[in-house]
Amino acid sequence: MSTDTTNTKNPLVPYGLVKAHMCVSFAVILLVVLAGLGYSMQFIDLYPLKDIAFFSPGRVRMVHTQAVAYGWLANIFFAIVLYMIPKLTNKPILSEKLGWFVFWFYNTLIVLTVVLILAGYGQAQEWGETPKILDPFIAVAVVLYVVNVVTSIWRGRHEPYYVTIWYVLAALIWTPLVYVMGNFLPEYFFAGTGGATISSMYIHDLVGLFVTPIGTGMIYYLLPVLMRKPLFSHSLSLIGFWGLAFFYPMNSVHHYLYSPIPMWAQYASIIASVGVHVVVYTVVFNVIATMASDWKKVTSNVSLQFFLVGALSYLVTCIQCAVQVTLTFQEIIHFTDWVVGHSHLVLFGTFSFWAFAWIYYLFPRLLNTPIYSASLTRWHFWLSFIGIVVMDIDLLAGGLVQGFMWKSLAPFIDSVVASKPFWWVRTLSGVAILAGTVCFVINMLMTWRQSRLPADATVANDILDADLAKG
Amino acid sequence: MNRLERFSTIFLVAGFCFFIMSVLALGIAPALMTSGMPEDGGMPKEIPPEFQVYYKDLDEYHEALFLGRDIYIKEACWHCHSQYVRPVGGESMYYGAVSTPGEYENLLNRPQLFGTRRVGPDLTREAGKRSNDWQIAHLYDPRSTSPGSVMPGYTWYFDESTNPPTPKKEAIAVVAYLQQLGSWVKDGRRTVHDLNEITLPPAQE
Repeated sequence: MSTDTTNTKNPLVPYGLVKAHMCVSFAVILLVVLAGLGYSMQFIDLYPLKDIAFFSPGRVRMVHTQAVAYGWLANIFFAIVLYMIPKLTNKPILSEKLGWFVFWFYNTLIVLTVVLILAGYGQAQEWGETPKILDPFIAVAVVLYVVNVVTSIWRGRHEPYYVTIWYVLAALIWTPLVYVMGNFLPEYFFAGTGGATISSMYIHDLVGLFVTPIGTGMIYYLLPVLMRKPLFSHSLSLIGFWGLAFFYPMNSVHHYLYSPIPMWAQYASIIASVGVHVVVYTVVFNVIATMASDWKKVTSNVSLQFFLVGALSYLVTCIQCAVQVTLTFQEIIHFTDWVVGHSHLVLFGTFSFWAFAWIYYLFPRLLNTPIYSASLTRWHFWLSFIGIVVMDIDLLAGGLVQGFMWKSLAPFIDSVVASKPFWWVRTLSGVAILAGTVCFVINMLMTWRQSRLPADATVANDILDADLAKG
Repeated sequence: MNRLERFSTIFLVAGFCFFIMSVLALGIAPALMTSGMPEDGGMPKEIPPEFQVYYKDLDEYHEALFLGRDIYIKEACWHCHSQYVRPVGGESMYYGAVSTPGEYENLLNRPQLFGTRRVGPDLTREAGKRSNDWQIAHLYDPRSTSPGSVMPGYTWYFDESTNPPTPKKEAIAVVAYLQQLGSWVKDGRRTVHDLNEITLPPAQE
């Protein structure tokens, strides 16, 4: 990792590619939030595009989740991995041309995914609603990306690996396997209960084996750079890694507890889910302990603040996870908004926040221009933060209300009517998140515009850090 | 260099073995235990009387069931309606008999449609709970039959040039699909909420 005081370019990093993937992710996050907000308005009878088949709320919901996983997180992760790995291994990726091919190929598929889902070709696989016809192509695109990046890791194999490489490498190997398993087995080979067993594995592995390891690898790379201090403990991070590799893949069936899936499989997945505690505490402890050495830095650097909030969300979600998978809780909270709140806290509160931290660090360095407006940055941070906290508390509470009303055997419609206040608050928190996201996208756009103006060749790193104390 | 940090060890152990192990132990093994698709695909053997006006032979009926199922998928009905009854929380009193693995072994359940959220009620035991007219009206305008519902109306499956709108073949297929869900359960479909209003279709066989 470079300790230069100026923003020098590393010839091994494909900067153009990193920038391209990142810019696409900016556009997609806006789509994600709009689709989510639009869908939530159906619940309070305010859906703006009523009676249009192409914008039916059910289809818009699939666009929301697909865009989160494959448009926003995948693109920003692709960008960050392409930046981190050559720097860590000191070896180039296989081919920049291949990288560009993957960029265009993959993002064309994402556009097609959105259009085809809206046209009515969604697939019945949670988190894998990408139309059946596109699945093989997505798998090919992912494999090509993996080959491209793993080459760099392979070329650097004679040196010991920093923990980030472990996480990224494992994720890169798992992701194509997970994708093929989840999108093809339940669709063509296993019906009903058997299909549900495999589907649940996909639902969990997408988050556990793609998003989590890359996200954790990201924070382990950037945190020491920003703190100008080594990670609190490298061995702790390795324990976390092996815990993840061992426990996460077996969490799967906890998405269908009390279902007709054999009970021993349900018990096994519950035990493995509780084992996830090991992973969470190591990661969160490592992050907080590294930050604790210099809190002043944390209060002035926006990337570190996003990291901190993300790490706390991660702690909350994962404690929640290990509690809610027990059968006692499942009886009440399964099928309710509790689960929806949980997944928003994971994918927005944790991993999107970590991605934002990276963007505020990396985007100015890619463009050699400081972030356009510190006040827009502040707005983005606080609106997103308040939005996700309110949304999560609201959905957890709403989930409990729904669960207990069902248990009381009240007519079903009563639980729907009782949920409406919670759905109002959910939509309002979504408005806050949308406002934050608009600030973010405008900020990035203006930063890009500013970078087109003539400027000095190199800018000091200190200026590039999005500093909350300034402006 | 620490042996544990060598590329080949990581690759073999973490990247592959744990994952494959989990897929075999918690994916494929339970899946094989519960699977047993009949050779004919486990589809219904006769047309329920109230659908005989729409479908003249079994093939047409099966085709309609698949069409209904495909609409159920493409409109993401399964995101808000689950399809399994749990043995807890009084659900059998709410929806009907608890689900068993065997009853999902038919081609309509590939891909599976268990669902993970109930914005609306579970549909595994829907057959015969409500009339076809109720289902059609509910599909067109859910609030006309269920005040307070947040379900969107699926007006594009209706011919709106007539008054009242007439259901297209897609709408009827959706109802055929819904009225088939749980039709194989002879007893245990009655629940606390529909004991009085229930009109069961004639028992099959």
